[in-house]
Amino acid sequence: MGLYLFRRLYQAIIVFLVVSGIVFSILHISGDPLALLMPPDAPPSDVEEMRKTLGLDKPLIIQYALFLKNAAQGNLGVSYHHGQPALKLVLERLPASLELVVTTIIISLILALPIGVLAASRRGSMIDRVSLLGSLIGISAPPFWIGIAFIFIFSVELQWLPSSGRGTWAHLVLPATSLALYRLALFIRLIRAGMLDVMTMDFIRTARSKGVSEKKVIYKHALKNTLIPFVTIAGMQMGSLLAGAIVTEKVFAWPGMGRLFLEAIGVMDFPVIIAWALVTATIFLTLNFIVDIIYVYLDPRIRHEK
Amino acid sequence: MSVLPRTITTAIAKEPYNPPRARFWFFEYIPAERQLLHSFLTNKLVLVALAMLIGLVFIAIFAPWIAPVDPLEQILRARLKPPIWDERGASPFYLGTDRLGRDVLSNIIFGLRISLLVGFFSVGISMIIGVILGLIAGYARGFWESFIMRAVDVQLSLPLIMVALCFMVIFGQGLWKMIIVLAITGWAEYARTVRGTVLSIREKEYVEAAHALGFGPWTIMVKYMLINAITPVLVLSAVQIPRVIMLEATLSFLGLGVPVNTPSIGLAIARGYQVLFSGSWWASIFPGLALMLLVACINIIADWLRDALEPRSREQV
Repeated sequence: MGLYLFRRLYQAIIVFLVVSGIVFSILHISGDPLALLMPPDAPPSDVEEMRKTLGLDKPLIIQYALFLKNAAQGNLGVSYHHGQPALKLVLERLPASLELVVTTIIISLILALPIGVLAASRRGSMIDRVSLLGSLIGISAPPFWIGIAFIFIFSVELQWLPSSGRGTWAHLVLPATSLALYRLALFIRLIRAGMLDVMTMDFIRTARSKGVSEKKVIYKHALKNTLIPFVTIAGMQMGSLLAGAIVTEKVFAWPGMGRLFLEAIGVMDFPVIIAWALVTATIFLTLNFIVDIIYVYLDPRIRHEK
Repeated sequence: MSVLPRTITTAIAKEPYNPPRARFWFFEYIPAERQLLHSFLTNKLVLVALAMLIGLVFIAIFAPWIAPVDPLEQILRARLKPPIWDERGASPFYLGTDRLGRDVLSNIIFGLRISLLVGFFSVGISMIIGVILGLIAGYARGFWESFIMRAVDVQLSLPLIMVALCFMVIFGQGLWKMIIVLAITGWAEYARTVRGTVLSIREKEYVEAAHALGFGPWTIMVKYMLINAITPVLVLSAVQIPRVIMLEATLSFLGLGVPVNTPSIGLAIARGYQVLFSGSWWASIFPGLALMLLVACINIIADWLRDALEPRSREQV
């Protein structure tokens, strides 16, 4: 078990190094950073001096090492546009993004569990067919377009809910539900398929032949075993939602990290772009690692592996 | 199953054996044409989806002849025209026009072109890269296997959209740039799938026999390994194409995909969104509906392909 977790941690560190390498190259592939930092009419001697003070005259590999060292100290540079530390700007926007992502995951889990279980236990019934068709539509509709359709129906036409901004729960309803539809559909399909697989296992037949009631078979034996692999997928979805929520944040003018990132792209504010990518990757990798730990506790086969 | 007497087969059929669905396809290639055709003809939804997909592909190919107006032409006297059934609608603009007087229907028709182009090309490129690397990883073992598989792990442990966004920031907008970026983000699953297939058959007698007969590694890789990997690769492609099409629309909607003067569905939705609050819903809703129709058709076919071709789950259909 310790070895398993160690391997996962080691892998996460490698991924982080790769991401930071890609992100670091954003600064250099996209042109000389000094061209953006200095006014165009600055004398060449000033430019050279600035190059020295920023360490940009050193070889790339040393610059990368410096970048990593600064990143480890939480220093990702100062935003060109806002004049504040980039990491601070991103972290200030983090709670808003997390609020959206967590609500989305909760909505999709609460709805997907009963629907998926019902569909699988009454295979071929009306519920099953409707949920299959509904989830097909759900995974085929682009989330940002669903958000736009929701705004038109509920904000422009009916005027029930606000279309932008953050504050009350009413602001959260439209972005969270439009973002949740895709995950909801995905989760329903996964739970249904997982349940159908588990229901054919030997231990289910054993439970049935022991005379365990069908309800208990479904909820105690089948559902529990379905949820073990599902935890991994739900955890990874939460991480990728953080990046995927960008579009929804744009549509609903939600003041999260994603919108900060889009604004930063618009004005070529590279420190903020880098800080966004590193924070997102870190959260994603941490979540994956937590999911691994949970998985070890849920699945005795891994726990007892030497 | 066919060797069993009929009575036993029907007895088994009453309680179908549904083995757990494998994440990889560790099984040999079983010619499945008969089952394929049968399940195809019995599934009306798939037939409808295929017919619609063929129709959409046809429309995309012959876009210049089908589209009523040039999609990029800005007809200023016809700005924000509602669809034709509205009393303010005008004749060539069947689904209305956007803020700049561009025809929504023509933009959708040309946008389908971009979506399908990006979907097929980038999935095709990632398939070629992934299949070659997967074959090498499964066949060569040793250093190259662990190197390729570590790269696969790195690729799969990051959110797709984040990787795509970072690359688009580095390289800038562009149709072919995006096709390449999306291809780079998609190769890993192919490599993993193909390696799984190769590992499952590399110790088989007929592969050893081929070795003994003196066939070279490339012949064995292509004639034995690749043939066995065709089915899972086909299923994976069917799942990947709608994903890539959605990602293209998302990136273009954010302004990080194709250039602004390209008739892409994502860009059309973005332009329509700007006039949504003035009540002009058609400019954003119709392009999205078209995209959804395209993606849903491919998803239906992908679901059916997976159920029909993936040997472990065939009994579930």
